[in-house]
Amino acid sequence: MKRNIVLAKTREPLTILLMIIVALPFVFPFWWMLTSSLKTSGEVFGALSLWPKTFQWANFAEVFTYQPFGLQYLNSVYIAVVVTVVTVVLASLSGYAFAKVRFPGRSALFLILLSSMMMPAEVTIIPNFFMMKQFNLTNTHLPIILLGIFGAQGAFSTFVMRQYFLSVPHELEEAAQIDGLNRLNVFLRIMMPLAIPALSSASILTVLNSWNTFLEPLVFIDDLKKFTLPLSLNNFRDAYGSPVWQLQMAATSLSVLPILIFYVFAQKKITNAMAFSGLKG
Amino acid sequence: MTKTPSANRKKNHEINRRKRGEYLFGYSCIAPQILGFLVFVLGPLVMVIVYGFENRNLLTGKTTFAGLSNFTTLFTKDPLFYKTLGNTLVFTLGLVPLSVLSSLLLALAVRKDSMRNTVFRTIYFAPVVTAAVAWAIVWKFLLQGDQGIVNKVLAVVGIHGPNWLQEPGWAMGAVIVTRVIKNLGMNIIIYLAAVTNLPDELYEAARIDGASKLQAFRKLTVPLLMPTTLMITMITVIGSLKIFDHIMLMTEGGPSNATMVLVYYIYYQGFRFFETGYASALSLVLFVIVLGLTLAQWGIGKRFSYQEG
Repeated sequence: MKRNIVLAKTREPLTILLMIIVALPFVFPFWWMLTSSLKTSGEVFGALSLWPKTFQWANFAEVFTYQPFGLQYLNSVYIAVVVTVVTVVLASLSGYAFAKVRFPGRSALFLILLSSMMMPAEVTIIPNFFMMKQFNLTNTHLPIILLGIFGAQGAFSTFVMRQYFLSVPHELEEAAQIDGLNRLNVFLRIMMPLAIPALSSASILTVLNSWNTFLEPLVFIDDLKKFTLPLSLNNFRDAYGSPVWQLQMAATSLSVLPILIFYVFAQKKITNAMAFSGLKG
Repeated sequence: MTKTPSANRKKNHEINRRKRGEYLFGYSCIAPQILGFLVFVLGPLVMVIVYGFENRNLLTGKTTFAGLSNFTTLFTKDPLFYKTLGNTLVFTLGLVPLSVLSSLLLALAVRKDSMRNTVFRTIYFAPVVTAAVAWAIVWKFLLQGDQGIVNKVLAVVGIHGPNWLQEPGWAMGAVIVTRVIKNLGMNIIIYLAAVTNLPDELYEAARIDGASKLQAFRKLTVPLLMPTTLMITMITVIGSLKIFDHIMLMTEGGPSNATMVLVYYIYYQGFRFFETGYASALSLVLFVIVLGLTLAQWGIGKRFSYQEG
């Protein structure tokens, strides 16, 4: 017994040390990204320095003149907003119908819709490209928005909403209907306010997904001014095509920090939502 | 008290009208998404099958029927295809055990609720919310040859690190490790949910019976977590088969095709060489593999839920 306590006491600091070492590759990249974004190019390539000698805030200004970064940032923001709002509206409607409204073919249609959760976007990107080209939509944001809304993430949001509506007791609706509310009003006035937790989960996942989308912009967008952030980040290059690292790190910091700050504040909500989405495969 | 036939008919009529209203409401609610599914998922899936049997050039727009030629080229004349499959397999077999095992150990390490563990959980999960593109770019920066911080640190302890992403022997390993770190937090969270449900009494009993911690881990923890482990494994396998962004941003399939994986090869054939017919045939290979694994995953999931019930 005594031996165990002694062992436990010597083990405790060791465990912590081990965990800190393991945590390094998770934390250090963020640290290095931030500090490098404030260094001169000479310092980036020079001797090992963990802290910038003088803070080169000018790097952050240069990010916006090197390419239309402000516009690209705005593109990512507005696409994320549009995709999320539309997705959440459509997912609430269909999630409610799949959970609470009885109509023939309900389960079959739900399963069919769910099957797009497993469909890799990579498989259908070529036909989608030809279709968008047919309608002269390449080099616009519409393909990114449409594929964002109707892709795997949209189907998953429907799933999230349906699961939530299933958990709402039936009596609640019946009572409201007896009180004279019609179906649409039951949905809007009774069910939607109740569904706010599920709505926020679906929104968080959709925002993150849209913010991080890479393949669709890569395939559809050529015009620098129409780039989204994931395309833009890799594009701080000199005349020879080599990355201008301090600018690339500054731009990456600007794209990552808002999400990280949001994550630190809404940690529990985000981890739960994402763990749930992880289960979908 | 008896109802007249006409009253009955009236009632039936009323019920039918109600039902029709309900159907109509239901169908209207799901219509936009079903339509989107048909146009952007099912339609393209049918088309990718059609394209697989065509010579289809993205740039010239020339399209001719090709019969099976894309597939015969794929399976008999394209050594790069087999290399690609091999690389995808190496990537998956390298990533999955590393990811599953380390997430299990870390989940056990941070399972108890305490301030310290909350901090570590936050840290392990931070890369998950970060864009894969950002993560890959930063790691490419860390892993440069002599200029990269990883090699500068190694030099301090007297090791001359390789040019990680430029040497065929190292590139794949480097990409695997950075990807493991990126998504490990997700697996940790899934494990944590399962770990908190482990019955304390069993461990107490094992301790009283004189079992060591290692024995308890092997004989209790591992078997009890098996359903979770299987599920995490399947999710991670499917995710690995679809790896694209890390490859695109860190190595572009190089050096000398050492990291050319299936999805990158689809992109490469379709959007760099404009051979969209051939790329569609490749997409079908990906689809069949993912479909097979997804069905297997559902099968496994079902078996376990039946066992529990």
